[in-house]
Amino acid sequence: MTTEDIAQLIQDNVNVEVTVNTKQPQHEILIKNTDIEKVCQFLKNNNQLMFDNLSCLTGIDNGPKANTMEVVYNLYSITKSYRLTIKVMLDREKPTLPSVVSVWNAANWHEREAYDLVGMTFENHPDLRRILSPDDWEGHPLQKDYQEQEKYHGITVKYERD
Amino acid sequence: MDQRFGQGEIVISKVDDLINWARLSSFWPLGFGLACCAIEMITTWSSAYDLDRFGVIPRGTPRQSDAMIISGTVTFKMADRVRRLYEQMAEPRYVISMGSCSNCGGPYWEHGYNVVKGVDRIIPVDVFVPGCPPRPEALIGGILKLREEIRKETLMAPKAVERLLNKQKA
Ligand code: SF4
Repeated sequence: MTTEDIAQLIQDNVNVEVTVNTKQPQHEILIKNTDIEKVCQFLKNNNQLMFDNLSCLTGIDNGPKANTMEVVYNLYSITKSYRLTIKVMLDREKPTLPSVVSVWNAANWHEREAYDLVGMTFENHPDLRRILSPDDWEGHPLQKDYQEQEKYHGITVKYERD
Repeated sequence: MDQRFGQGEIVISKVDDLINWARLSSFWPLGFGLACCAIEMITTWSSAYDLDRFGVIPRGTPRQSDAMIISGTVTFKMADRVRRLYEQMAEPRYVISMGSCSNCGGPYWEHGYNVVKGVDRIIPVDVFVPGCPPRPEALIGGILKLREEIRKETLMAPKAVERLLNKQKA
């Protein structure tokens, strides 16, 4: 089953806008951020697809110039041996999207990581705390315009030359 | 001390020497590692290098430890814990900073927003062992260096400084 077929299947069953991008070697499906949970629920439960494995979830910041953020979902269907990449574009000023923890539990820590390092907010996440940085860390380190804080608990963060 | 004794004989020594000898030959570090350097530290305890022959035996709690080997990258998240463990150790306590990371930030000195640029920013360090990672021989070298330092310690109050201070007062 090609990415186009899967996109067609989504369009036929879930009432959402789907765009297919086959320009790169890794074909991908683009959907709107508000639809992600619905689509994932369908992809997991549909008998023809059975995407039962969320291999990876990645947050990307495209910087203030592009003013967008992305979340990429890499899915794998263990039973059918299909792979699928879904991409969601977000507004950098207000990067929110529904969580998919209700679909795959594996998303829990992935989403916490994306929140911690890139800074998008996952709605309805059961436990959206920082996962790698300390709880009282300021800012999201993988944002393109990130400025590290001057001091953390009294320790200077930057390296100082003598 | 390593000569053979007969029965009922007396050994005469200085208190300083005795205490220093006891301290430097039962040098127990807190058993924990932080990053890749920890692998080299663990290797140093393996049979090939055998740190036990120096009386260096890792302990599971700071209350029983004399030393801390900071073996690897100290992140800001870990810095609070390192400081806390150091404070829990009883005096006299020593710190060996092992590897570039804990000496100065190592490969993360410029872009490592999460790395403390030198563990000496949070606790006092006695010996720095350079390398990324230092070989087990280098760590043993660091421990021997620290043993030398301990051998020179004295329980007596520093008289020279006292004399100097009295002179200034007068
Ligand atoms: S000094 Fe090198 S080997 Fe040691 S913890 Fe740092 S990066 Fe790893």
